[in-house]
Amino acid sequence: MKHLFHGLLPVCRKEVLHILRDRGTLFFALLIPMVQLFLFGFAIDTNVRQIPTVVLDESHTQESRQLLQRFAASDVFALREYVQSPQGLYEAIQAGHARVGIRIPPDYARHLLDGSTATVLLLVDGSDSSVASQAVNTASGVTLQQSLARVLPSGKIPIDVRPSVLYNPSTRSANFFVPGLIGILLQMMTILMIALSLVRERERGTLEQLTMTPVAPLGLMCGKMIPYGILAFAELCLILFVMRVVFLVPIHGNVFVLLAMSLPFLLTVLGLGLVISTRARTQAEAFQLSMGTILPSVFLSGYIFLIGNMPPFFKAVSAIIPTTYYIRILRGIILRGAGLGELWVDGVVLTVMGCATILLAARQFVRQSAN
Amino acid sequence: MSAAITAEHLTIRFGSFTAVNDVSFAVEKGEIFGFLGPNGSGKTTIIKALCGLLKPSAGTGTILGMDIRKDAAEIKQRVGYMSQKFGLYEDLTVAENINFYAGVYGISGRQAEQRKDEVLALTGIEHYLNRRAAQLSGGWKQRLALACAIIHSPEVVFLDEPTAGIDPVARRALWDLLFRLSGQGVTFFVTTHYMDEAERCGRVGYIYLSNLVAIGTVPELQRLPAANPPHTSRIQITTANASAMLDPVRGMSGVREATIFGQSIHALVETDKIDALKAHLPQARIEVITPSLEDVFVTLTYRIMEAAQ
Repeated sequence: MKHLFHGLLPVCRKEVLHILRDRGTLFFALLIPMVQLFLFGFAIDTNVRQIPTVVLDESHTQESRQLLQRFAASDVFALREYVQSPQGLYEAIQAGHARVGIRIPPDYARHLLDGSTATVLLLVDGSDSSVASQAVNTASGVTLQQSLARVLPSGKIPIDVRPSVLYNPSTRSANFFVPGLIGILLQMMTILMIALSLVRERERGTLEQLTMTPVAPLGLMCGKMIPYGILAFAELCLILFVMRVVFLVPIHGNVFVLLAMSLPFLLTVLGLGLVISTRARTQAEAFQLSMGTILPSVFLSGYIFLIGNMPPFFKAVSAIIPTTYYIRILRGIILRGAGLGELWVDGVVLTVMGCATILLAARQFVRQSAN
Repeated sequence: MSAAITAEHLTIRFGSFTAVNDVSFAVEKGEIFGFLGPNGSGKTTIIKALCGLLKPSAGTGTILGMDIRKDAAEIKQRVGYMSQKFGLYEDLTVAENINFYAGVYGISGRQAEQRKDEVLALTGIEHYLNRRAAQLSGGWKQRLALACAIIHSPEVVFLDEPTAGIDPVARRALWDLLFRLSGQGVTFFVTTHYMDEAERCGRVGYIYLSNLVAIGTVPELQRLPAANPPHTSRIQITTANASAMLDPVRGMSGVREATIFGQSIHALVETDKIDALKAHLPQARIEVITPSLEDVFVTLTYRIMEAAQ
């Protein structure tokens, strides 16, 4: 056993010295994820509010003004501009200062009064699909309510939906995105740091020197993983703290379960970093390969896009991305208050993945030192 | 006296490329063995095989009686290695580098302290203990690298081009160190490009295109028949403008090879043409000399190239 991990302690000690000496790396490790957290945490808001809207009211009646008031009251539309011709409506949308156009025809009030169907034209800029669908949905809701109010003189609506959003009642985007972001940031920082540290040794010739000493491959690998693992864990605690205090995202579940279940994820990404380091000859190459692992994790892990809506091929890809499972754990514990009972499968998958990447890295290492 | 290093018909192939072809030699304990050859001729590959990092495709070898095929772990513990890249951590101090390698070789406690004092005294680097390796000059880096390579009192030390890019004073200082250690019984296997360094070695091997072409003491190599073809002589032509005379000399009949050597020309000529040459160059001083090590290796290389064509 001692033989298998020979050199672990001295490598570990030396790596700590490297980390402490290299202020650049330490800065990169601790501060850059923080900066990204703030950028993403504040910038990403998928809730659609205050869509700039242009209005052409040819009816000029009390009825038409009432309808427009309902639109304005929805908070989804911001009635910014009033034009006098249909052409003005199109021009405003094409120029980009309005996303939606509402046209109320001259006969609107007359149709309402004689009981026939009045029409309202809604022009929607479809170039942003989430804005367009939100506009259409809200507009139908608004007009439906207005219609019902006219038909039912009592003003009592037969069915009233009372939505109760669980776990994230205000449907704040930060609550949804920041927990996922933790997984992405941890992965980026950890893979990059450990891969660079090993490739640096290769570039400077110290790795060649180490292969001539009795240091065992596992001793070298684990000696590097332990300090970087601790650093990543500290960063995780820091991010969770900032998430709680700055972004006011409540942690509904047990934070210790969350920390414990982060360990197999850290093991996996550290292992991935090691595998990358055996493939890359220069630090630039290691940087590119590390960034290459980030893209699929961002787009296919469920961080941004729902896995359920993906075609089967991408669903299969997302199933082999470790971040998929970790994000599920993060959101489960932080947002829904889930525990081991609900999330143990994800934990087991991550543990298996972690062991597999470490073994793969060890094999690559042994094979490489024999060349 | 038993051999410290042996190679028996050592052959190493990478795919279809033969990096080392049927190389055999033995290095005695306490000897400084010089290994010469152009880049890519297989020097580093042989070192890696002898340290147990590469499995030979054929043949075998021993270090201190241990089989390089089976005892790699044991060999690493008793062998030191220093490469031209030095293998130092530039952001760590001198003391931290030495401590790290002491730890890697499993030396600790009082033994480590004692050994550290010894290598510090030997290399004279104790005044720079707290300086970062990056801030040392080339010569001091090299001494630090040597201190790290011998921290575990190895009986055999491999030095792979240890003096590349080092100033002459530092080079001499290193060689003085090597002689001192070899006097204590440490065996050195040194690869180099420098002929003057090779001439300091007890014995020298010359490897070219994966083959060990010649091996022996310097006088033995100078008398080698292959380097002194029958009916030829090695001469030194001392003349006013040696470099301008090189091409004319090369063009004269009976001159097999000629090269500049400082202010003179060294040439291998057919012995019966020497008088004609003297008549051609009345103002030059021409004398027969024993070949230098460089002359020997150049002649050997030409012969192999001719044979290959």
